[in-house]
Amino acid sequence: MSGLRLAWIKFSRDRLAFSGFLIILSLILVAVFAGVLAPYPEDTFSIHPAARLQPPSLTHFLGTDSMGRDIFSRLLFGARVTLIISIIAVGTSLLIGVPLGLIAGYSENWLSELIMRIADIFLSIPQIILAILLAQSLGPSIPNVILALSITYWPWFTRIVFAETRSLRQTVFIEATEALGANPLRTTVLHVLPNVSSSIIVRSSIGMGFTILTAAVLGFLGVGAQPPTPEWGVTIAESRQYLPAAWWYATFPGLAIFFVVMGFNMLGDGLRDILDPRIRRGFE
Amino acid sequence: MYRSRGGFFVPKMTRKVLSYALKRLVFAVPTILGLLVLTFFISRVIPADPAALVAGEMATPEQIEALRHQYSFDRPLYVQLGLYLGKLVRGDLGKSLYSGRRVFSDLIDRFPATLELTIVAMLVSILAGVPLGIVAALKRNSLLDHMLRGFTVGGLAIATFWLGIMLQLLFSMWLGVTPLGGRIGVSPPRFITGLYILDAILTLNGTALLSAMQHIALPAITLAFASFATITRFTRSGVLDVMQRDFILYERAMGLPPRLIVYKYMLRNAVISTVTQIGLLFGLLLAGAIVIETVFDWPGLGLYAFQSIILSDYQAILGVTLWAGVVYVTVNLMVDIALTFIDPRKAEI
Repeated sequence: MSGLRLAWIKFSRDRLAFSGFLIILSLILVAVFAGVLAPYPEDTFSIHPAARLQPPSLTHFLGTDSMGRDIFSRLLFGARVTLIISIIAVGTSLLIGVPLGLIAGYSENWLSELIMRIADIFLSIPQIILAILLAQSLGPSIPNVILALSITYWPWFTRIVFAETRSLRQTVFIEATEALGANPLRTTVLHVLPNVSSSIIVRSSIGMGFTILTAAVLGFLGVGAQPPTPEWGVTIAESRQYLPAAWWYATFPGLAIFFVVMGFNMLGDGLRDILDPRIRRGFE
Repeated sequence: MYRSRGGFFVPKMTRKVLSYALKRLVFAVPTILGLLVLTFFISRVIPADPAALVAGEMATPEQIEALRHQYSFDRPLYVQLGLYLGKLVRGDLGKSLYSGRRVFSDLIDRFPATLELTIVAMLVSILAGVPLGIVAALKRNSLLDHMLRGFTVGGLAIATFWLGIMLQLLFSMWLGVTPLGGRIGVSPPRFITGLYILDAILTLNGTALLSAMQHIALPAITLAFASFATITRFTRSGVLDVMQRDFILYERAMGLPPRLIVYKYMLRNAVISTVTQIGLLFGLLLAGAIVIETVFDWPGLGLYAFQSIILSDYQAILGVTLWAGVVYVTVNLMVDIALTFIDPRKAEI
């Protein structure tokens, strides 16, 4: 328990990680309470042609879009879409990637070789390109974006868990566990997994940022979420034809993406410091 | 363990390096084969009706049936896989619905544009990132260092397509100093390599060179942003790491001028980690180019992919994926081999 408290104290003193944490916390709150916080909650779908493309003002403080919808309200609902996509995608990648990494790292046979080879193949194409192909094969929709992102992101987890499990196998305490007769399942789940969890947590945080960016790209290119979904990438794509006049239309969704991804990156980097004192901060 | 001065290249290591290179080359074959099989599964097994996908949205049921037969979608999967691999080996990526041409020829025509953009972006990020990383490390915790840190942290969080639109808004639409998009404003230089800047220099075509450079400036800077951040970070930590080594201390103690230490001894050793990143970054840039090209109407693979997405031109999208995958594997292979020349210890692993 004291270890956890120590981690919390270190965490709350780490300005970078803590600001990241605050950004993410506000993102979650915004996503959950979008319906209450949004000044015009009906603007996700309803249109007001008379009020189209209005610059930021007191009534619409981030302006309106080409359909006269309040951009601020749509950004808040966009947070919900983004958060749902990235949480499910990273969660699914974890569920696929971590067990495979444990198996590949713990067993040293053909199966391990096979898993890692397959992971390498997935990593041999830039993720976004593979995700585009997958999304196009499945048809553009939010569930398919989630699927495409999960299928392309799991190898990162497998690779990290594999490497750490392999090095843990050499340690005395794992050898002792085996000598005491613990079966592989017990050894990996009860003894290996807790020791690789900090890397998994760090990677998940960075992966959330990465996934949000990729999902936005898919939306922007038209293979992801479809209009009128208030997804941020889709909104930026819609805004392009109204530039340069409606600068607010393109600017604010991009800033939203920036802050959220920044939050996850800062949290991930801070957590790496706290959870693994051996690794120096990435920004140093 | 440090190398003696000037001793980067020990001739007897050359054989070891070459055999390592060969080994890496052999290892790349199953990866590329796996890549082909993976794309086969994504394009033929995952979709509900692959023939309908290939035929496009406008196709009539008869056309779909004809394609089903033409692409052998009605045969067993293993036969399809064999045919698919056989076709790919011959460079047959099918026909594009949009251009009506062979996808392979389309890709060949458009690749130089993407390559040029990627190379220029890479150069921009190296030329800016390496010196700034060094300065940040040498003047650690200075204002400049802090500013750069903020900049590099932010650089990795920006959606590149949005950054491109913002730069376009500022420099092209408001200030009017750069073109809005496209690759060149005058007639392109005579074809030698397909890279306009290089061709313009080779043919001494000043107007084309100027126009090509004006057009590439914004997309290249946008694309370079994320890799610039990564290169700065890695150079900085590489230099910091080398600064604390014994041999630098020794040279300081010997009274060598600081400038000589920095340029001659520190940099060579510090850039190794940066060079390692370059292979990975190339993939990042290539993927980024796909997105950036759609923003700046840059007529490369990315714009091709984007147009194909809009027109549901499935064979074309598949072609871009395969092409990008093979290029990515090849570049990483080359970087790996190049690294063993810079740091022959790698070949011993």
